[in-house]
Amino acid sequence: MYNTRVRGVLIKGDKSYSQVSRDVLRPMDAPMPKWWYVTAFIAISAMIWGVWGFYNTITTGIGTWGLNNNVAWGWAIINFVWWIGIGHAGTAFSIFLLILRQKWRTSINRAAEAMTIFAVMAAGLFPLIHMGRIWDGFFIFPYWNTRGPLWDNFNSPLFWDVVAISTYFTASFVFWYIGMIPDFATIRETTVSKVKKKIYGAMSFGWLGNARSWLRFETAALLLGGLAAPLVVSVHSIVSMDFAVSVIPGWHTTIFPPYFVIGAIFSGFGMVLTLMIVLRKLYKFNDYVTDGHLDAIARILTFISLIMGSAYLIELFTAWYSGNEYELFTFMKNRVTGEYTFAYWSMLICNAIIPQFFWFKKIRKNITLVFIISIFINIGMWFERYVIVVTSLSRDFIPATWATYSPTWTELAVFSGTIGLFVMGVIAFFRWIPTIAISEVKSVLKETTTLKSFTDED
Amino acid sequence: MEKLYWQSLDDYKEQKSNSVIDKKDATPEFSIEGLDESEVKGQSSRRDFLKLLGFSVSAVALVSSCQMPVRKAIPLLNQPDDMIPGVANYYASTFFDGKDYCSILVKTRESRPIKIEGNDMSPLTKGGTNARVQASVLNLYDDARLKNPSIAGAKATWDAIDKEVIERLTKLNEDGKKVVLLTSTIISPSSRALIEEFITVYPNVEWITYDPVSFAAMRKANELNFGTSLIPSYSFDKANVIVGFNADYLGNWLMPVTFSKQYSVNRKVIQDNPKMSRSYQFESLMSLTGANADFRVGIRPSDEAAILLNLYNEIAKSTGMSVYNAPKTNIDISKVAKELLSNKGKSLVVSGTDDINIQLIVNAINTALGNYGYTIDINTPVNLMQGDDEAMDNLVKEMNTGTIGGIIINNSNPVYDYSNSKGFITGLKKVGTSISTSDIMDETALECEFVCPDNNYLESWNDAEPVKGHFSIMQPTIQPIFNTRQFQDNLLIWMGNSDDFETYMESKWRQRLVDVSNFNSSWNSIKHDGVYQIKNEIADQPEFIGQSLMAKKALDKGIELVLYENIGMGIGKYANNPWLQELPDPITTATWDNYLCISPAYAESNDLKLEDIVSINGIEIPVLVQPGQPDGTAALAIGYGRTAAGKAGNNVGVNAFGLINGSTIDIKKIDGKTYPLALTQMHHDMEERPIARETTLAKFIKDPASGNELHAYDEKHNVTLYNKIKYDGLHWGMSIDLSSCTGCGNCVIACQAENNVAVIGKEQVKNRRIMHWMRIDRYYSRDEVNPEVFHMPVMCQHCDNAPCENVCPVAATNHSTEGLNQMAYNRCIGTRYCINNCPYKVRRFNWFEFTNNNNFDYNMNSELGKMVLNPDVIVRQRGVVEKCSMCVQRIQEGKLVAKMENRELKEGDIKMSCEQSCPTNAIQFGNLLNEDSVVKKETKNPRMYHLLEGLHTLPSTSYLTKIKNT
Repeated sequence: MYNTRVRGVLIKGDKSYSQVSRDVLRPMDAPMPKWWYVTAFIAISAMIWGVWGFYNTITTGIGTWGLNNNVAWGWAIINFVWWIGIGHAGTAFSIFLLILRQKWRTSINRAAEAMTIFAVMAAGLFPLIHMGRIWDGFFIFPYWNTRGPLWDNFNSPLFWDVVAISTYFTASFVFWYIGMIPDFATIRETTVSKVKKKIYGAMSFGWLGNARSWLRFETAALLLGGLAAPLVVSVHSIVSMDFAVSVIPGWHTTIFPPYFVIGAIFSGFGMVLTLMIVLRKLYKFNDYVTDGHLDAIARILTFISLIMGSAYLIELFTAWYSGNEYELFTFMKNRVTGEYTFAYWSMLICNAIIPQFFWFKKIRKNITLVFIISIFINIGMWFERYVIVVTSLSRDFIPATWATYSPTWTELAVFSGTIGLFVMGVIAFFRWIPTIAISEVKSVLKETTTLKSFTDED
Repeated sequence: MEKLYWQSLDDYKEQKSNSVIDKKDATPEFSIEGLDESEVKGQSSRRDFLKLLGFSVSAVALVSSCQMPVRKAIPLLNQPDDMIPGVANYYASTFFDGKDYCSILVKTRESRPIKIEGNDMSPLTKGGTNARVQASVLNLYDDARLKNPSIAGAKATWDAIDKEVIERLTKLNEDGKKVVLLTSTIISPSSRALIEEFITVYPNVEWITYDPVSFAAMRKANELNFGTSLIPSYSFDKANVIVGFNADYLGNWLMPVTFSKQYSVNRKVIQDNPKMSRSYQFESLMSLTGANADFRVGIRPSDEAAILLNLYNEIAKSTGMSVYNAPKTNIDISKVAKELLSNKGKSLVVSGTDDINIQLIVNAINTALGNYGYTIDINTPVNLMQGDDEAMDNLVKEMNTGTIGGIIINNSNPVYDYSNSKGFITGLKKVGTSISTSDIMDETALECEFVCPDNNYLESWNDAEPVKGHFSIMQPTIQPIFNTRQFQDNLLIWMGNSDDFETYMESKWRQRLVDVSNFNSSWNSIKHDGVYQIKNEIADQPEFIGQSLMAKKALDKGIELVLYENIGMGIGKYANNPWLQELPDPITTATWDNYLCISPAYAESNDLKLEDIVSINGIEIPVLVQPGQPDGTAALAIGYGRTAAGKAGNNVGVNAFGLINGSTIDIKKIDGKTYPLALTQMHHDMEERPIARETTLAKFIKDPASGNELHAYDEKHNVTLYNKIKYDGLHWGMSIDLSSCTGCGNCVIACQAENNVAVIGKEQVKNRRIMHWMRIDRYYSRDEVNPEVFHMPVMCQHCDNAPCENVCPVAATNHSTEGLNQMAYNRCIGTRYCINNCPYKVRRFNWFEFTNNNNFDYNMNSELGKMVLNPDVIVRQRGVVEKCSMCVQRIQEGKLVAKMENRELKEGDIKMSCEQSCPTNAIQFGNLLNEDSVVKKETKNPRMYHLLEGLHTLPSTSYLTKIKNT
């Protein structure tokens, strides 16, 4: 079974081991390209605006946002869930494909994991900033305190969130970092800069590259992968429970955990696609991230998109089948029709319909179109969270309290600040960390290079 | 030394220089070997380090703790007997502001009044209040209050003022020049006596009573019909059928608190004896009374007389009275006439229109129905609303001709609220001596030479006789905060009487009370009770003198303007009271503005929608499309557009006093211009959800659970795996009778005053962030032309299975052992999850710091304004969630009192603030585990249901279905 080479060639160009190292490390030693400065400038500007947003929120109050007595969560939570969703791909990608022995992941997993880390960092800012009294935010941690018999409420999904996200972040970070150790050692060995040698030397934890190290390394990766795999499922399940545990129509649904996890992987893969196309373009990594890779991701997205579509339909069906007037109102009169139709149909079209174009090979081969569709997926997934958070809250049980919500400049600033943080993180990663897992690529190099590319075969 | 390898010459040099240093300083850095004693001492040892560390830590702790603000709490050296810190004192007093009367109890804490309650002992108001009465305590702590008297704008002493005024008055008296004493209605017998005495000292003084809202026509009509100019007293509780014509008796007409109490008596339906009064309301705007009426008919103001005359004719036909020629109207009154005829002597027809023809017809109808002596009593007239329009008009004329030498204006603000304000100002400029006793620098005071600020009513002695024979005492509950003096004291000093008004009043009461031998104790008990009643001798109603009746045909085109008083703002006297400005209007739910209410049909045909701006008679005003506003009418609230009320009240809305009620107006749309209106409710349809449940009397008699069928279903289907919470001894609950609730909004202010609820201003209300712990939801049903209106007070339901509790990550909101859903503000970190998960949406978030914040420049941003805060209730910080606590401080107080008296808690020991103030007793509070408590009994009432009970939140608050007598 293992000898069936369905995938064919994973790394093109019949490369030697040293060439792989050279190719991947080349951009790190090359002079800073112009686009890097431009992007950094934009990202830092966005971050500065974000800092203003944070400052404004913390010093003046949540009142600087567009929330009200009825819609008490808005962009902060939408963006939080969106970022967490994106942050799913990296780990999901590496771990699931690692466990499924999908070797083609090797050229992509490093970047995907990096994306995860920065996305989770961006996401983590929202629960912080959205607290009314951020200075008392530490109350949320279960620590022995002098405030009388005060303890956390273990029933609250928000507390689960804290646990799940911090665990997920830690696990993802460790997994990502351990994967990088051999590569750091490669840089340590190849670089001529003394400073870099010192830094990467320290970062590689004295990696020797002997058989014992490799054995330990493989075991650690597999173990961590096995540990982190359930986390991928649990994190977004728990995030979904922020909604599913409540009584609010449109939130109070049992489908949410799988629906959120699938949605998260969907958005994550969408973002991976976006990033890999950019990375490949900028660093001319076409031999490593081949059209075949993009094609594979596109195929996965087509499949997940079908799941998303059916989830949307099931939601509607359940709302109707439940006979619950509030539920029915939220779905039929406040999403499918009503004031929020734009958001709902944007979500549906971007997530369930547009990715279906990937059925056509011509479209899959057209990288520009693939890129555009990946952006649509990112937008569609943002709208999904918008639909969930805003439509349900703005028109819930008691019509007298119904209120609409629109974001303010401060919320916009906070969001763009996190985008700036993410972009800055990603381009810093591009610059200072090998964007492709050298050691892992090498492991699939000899096995496949001589064969026909898996996308060339037909 | 190890052998050194080097890669470049630079390396070599560096290594070399390093080795030089190494050789120079061969001693290891951290060894004390080879050092002499003193050098060792100079180094810090581990002990020294610890000492230093200890010192610096404690120094930092000390310094940082010095940053704490120093708060001085100085105990009283000689503590008065009746003042125990932390224990409230209540004093009976009276609220009267020239228009509204209410017998009250003033709650004082550490000698400062913080809350107004109704006085249960008053046979008139029976413990009820209205929103303005509740909010009046804040007026005491208004920054706009004048701190000193002034002459021509310059600060002056009372001595200087007295000297100058007495001189001038004497001079004017000698010259025989007329001096006018212009006051609003004065119902205080002592003050009236004082003014009469003042006039004997200064015979050139003429006393004119002026009210911005006039009842002159009614007084005149009664003079023609009964020989005396008066307003009779009404008994809505004795009427089975009530027909109102533009009389908002539950809102602002005459004595709304009294009338609400009376009205509600016959609206409470008991299962064993299901009886209920029926109310009809013919009106030209959607009023609170109309919203509560069983049958409401929208009419043009010009049609009122014709409808009334037709009604009269219909009744006169069967009672054999003379029938008059009446113009035709489209309104069918035969049903009303029939109903009235079958309830002779048990019906009541009232009209609030200031038109003598209309009032004559109303009197004739009531006479035909034999209501005098039963539901209307001429012999115990109401002393309110004595304003004399003619005298006021004459005064303005005389002032302009220059015949008036001086004017003393007390408690009235004609520059703002007189219809011919310009004429009044020009006239006032021609008056040599103008004295205002306004407590703020209002529009009129600004035009006066002498400003002698009056005390707030909570700083004053006074008495009141709102209805003949019913007395109510006003007594001070705090020393005057500023250098102010009561108006009556001014008069006493200016007429050379050395008594203060308290003594003067006491002497008058000495004359009134029959048993003078025991005066002190009876006077004390009167002051204690706050009310005193002299039984009127039962006398026959005076003979009815018939007058000829007439009515014009109604206009059939054009828009007729209706001016009305808003529930919160009234005539605009308290424009600077932010509580009242932010009280949502019970009908429109708008705050902080007035607006032109137009009918939906007019809005559609003229392409107008909410917040569009129109111009009427040169005034630009936003539009509000009001369901139920009759076609051909537009309504505008008076009481807005103050220019000298204070920072909160200035330039809020437009001044409508210059417009004429009932006049035809031209509405011009101003294209492209809008003005934001802050409404607290934007969706008016119940969406067919079982929220405010209703039934009719007929259906109720057949099946007491009618309209509430869902309750049984939900009870049956609400199953759970978990055990119900068991309570031991106490389980607090509330019951709200939707049938009694009129939606007047009084409880909202009572709650705000009790619980230190912040005012957030128009912009934030518009952002839907109002902080009120309880709100009155208002729904319309049926058609928009004449909708049915439902009011539903909603506050925290204190669910036993509260959705908010299990989602709070830090357990800041949790359940007490007495069934309260409580908030630990200090623990709250503001995730707002509870707000989202509350299906009732009663939780409020502190979006901003509302205290000491110049952006929210209301009472909590002023040292004076903060005096009103209830010390028993914490002021919430920015970022925490708050909500109705079921007045937990009152529960605690009640328990402590019972404990001190070594007894068990009884039903009625504890009253919620909303419950206590309710003029219709719609809200009940008590222990659900006490089988005899009202709330427990109500849970067995077939009308009882919980809001959204299908969610299985198990609320402790229950509602009773609304019964309409249709």
